[in-house]
Amino acid sequence: MNAAHEPKPVLEVSDLCVAYGKVEALHKVSLRIREGEIVTVIGPNGAGKTTLLSALMGLLPYRGEVAYVGHNLDAHVEVEERVGQGLTLVPEKRELFAEMSVEDNLLLGAFHRYRSGLRDHAQTMEEVFALFPRLKERRTQAAGTLSGGERQMLAMGRALMAKPKLLMLDEPSLGLAPLIIKEIFRIVAELKQTGVSILLVEQNARAALQVADYGYVLETGEVSLEGPSHELADDPRVIETYLGLGGKKTA
Amino acid sequence: MDLQILLLLGQDGLTNGAIYALLALALVLVFAVTRVIFLPQGEFVAYGALTLAAIQAGKLPGTVWLAVILGIAVVLIDGGLALKSGNLKRLPRIVLGNLGLPLVLLGLISGLEAEALAALALPLQILLTLGIVVPLGPLLYRLVFQPIAEASSLVLLIVAVALHMTLIGLGLVFFGAEGFRTQPFSDGALEIGPLLLQHQTLWILFASAALIAVLYVLFERTVYGKALRATALNRTGARLMGISTTMAGKLSLGLAAFIGALSGVLVSPMTTLYYDSGFLIGLKGFVGAIIGGLASYPVAALGAVLVGLLESYSSFYASAFKEVIVFTLIIPVLVWRSLTSHHVEEEEE
Repeated sequence: MNAAHEPKPVLEVSDLCVAYGKVEALHKVSLRIREGEIVTVIGPNGAGKTTLLSALMGLLPYRGEVAYVGHNLDAHVEVEERVGQGLTLVPEKRELFAEMSVEDNLLLGAFHRYRSGLRDHAQTMEEVFALFPRLKERRTQAAGTLSGGERQMLAMGRALMAKPKLLMLDEPSLGLAPLIIKEIFRIVAELKQTGVSILLVEQNARAALQVADYGYVLETGEVSLEGPSHELADDPRVIETYLGLGGKKTA
Repeated sequence: MDLQILLLLGQDGLTNGAIYALLALALVLVFAVTRVIFLPQGEFVAYGALTLAAIQAGKLPGTVWLAVILGIAVVLIDGGLALKSGNLKRLPRIVLGNLGLPLVLLGLISGLEAEALAALALPLQILLTLGIVVPLGPLLYRLVFQPIAEASSLVLLIVAVALHMTLIGLGLVFFGAEGFRTQPFSDGALEIGPLLLQHQTLWILFASAALIAVLYVLFERTVYGKALRATALNRTGARLMGISTTMAGKLSLGLAAFIGALSGVLVSPMTTLYYDSGFLIGLKGFVGAIIGGLASYPVAALGAVLVGLLESYSSFYASAFKEVIVFTLIIPVLVWRSLTSHHVEEEEE
């Protein structure tokens, strides 16, 4: 949008390789996310999208360079430290604390800040409740009793409690009804106003490209295509494989 | 059947059951957070009791040296790692956090004359004991379990057995083969109807109830307690919130050491404890924890009280079979658990 003074990159990944044993799941993936931007990575099942996020979060070992807000993130930097630096992942499986209340789940989202002496979780929780009024209604309910959409909202809300600089969302639309998906993506777009940068991994390419500024197409562990999302949405290759009327989807 | 004997046995059973309940809670906590079946739990009981006995005899307990040596080992490892990664800012915290308390206590105790140490007020002696034994928990976690935190539960169990053997051996070195008793918290007894309650019995019941209440508040009301529960519920989810598995492990073993040492301090005026007495006491707590499926705190605590009562009555009616009866209880419990556990597994997913 404002090419005049370009926002600084939050995350710059170059030649990232991840292997499960001898099988290489990601091969020389490079991507960049700038401040306040929503970047999406689309691609079929098994392309390595979740692997990419797990590696960036420090859950998987990787080779290659990951620069986060200017400094190098070595593969040895632990998950907890990455959380402390403002990286947050909302995993595909949500990983909620099922037997604990919605409120406690949210509170623990701010655990790292609490431990570092930043005790502003009460106010952050109000902000999260403003974004997800449904969570406020359910605040005393156990997370395991929520519906699929509410769980996704809780997972996102919990991640936001950490006040992240970079929020990584893994398939937020997975297993949700169309109306709920719409709602989730509306919130993702709204989050952009708060200044957080978002890396959005999706199979639902249409919705993802609508909300994102820039997109990458990941296929069998490699970036096959990239560009501003409105261009990608018009690209015949993307239309045929990912946006077609559904009949072509082989995943 | 004599009512008075019945009551007396019940009182005995409840007292022991309260101790077993505390140990069962510690076992459930450690297992939930770290997946370790913490066999050495009983050694904390023996260490607590015998450390207090040594202090009351005016001697420097060997457990202080254990804490200092473990502390040095952790400082060398963690300090070396911090140096290697150029993270010098963490050095003071590593040294103070792991070695501070043991060194201070070593200086304090060896600085006191034997008579002065023995004459110290009992609450101070107990504080010293806890200060020596409790740091052993986090230090042992760092050295023994943290490097293999991702191993299978079977490997963790085998290592726990090895640690249990090692600690018993060290106990023999530190305290010798003879048994000790410590002074009761207060002398005298309380008469309620036909019952004569020793003050120490009341102390045990009161302290156990208070500790259970404190644990409840800790897990339900504090952020750190909730973080421990979260690690037990969903390790990946907790890590993604910045709750470090290592911190949770150290915290849970610290709590286990605290519970163990306090239990030892509480029972040592009632029974003579030897360097290896902890094992049987811990094992009875373990039976309670198994009744709770190593998952439910209230069921584990109630199960442990049941173990205490069963033990007490069987020691009167069939004293030769006392342990047999208590440990045989585990078989029907396991059968019942395995018949009903299928359902639980499905719920977890």
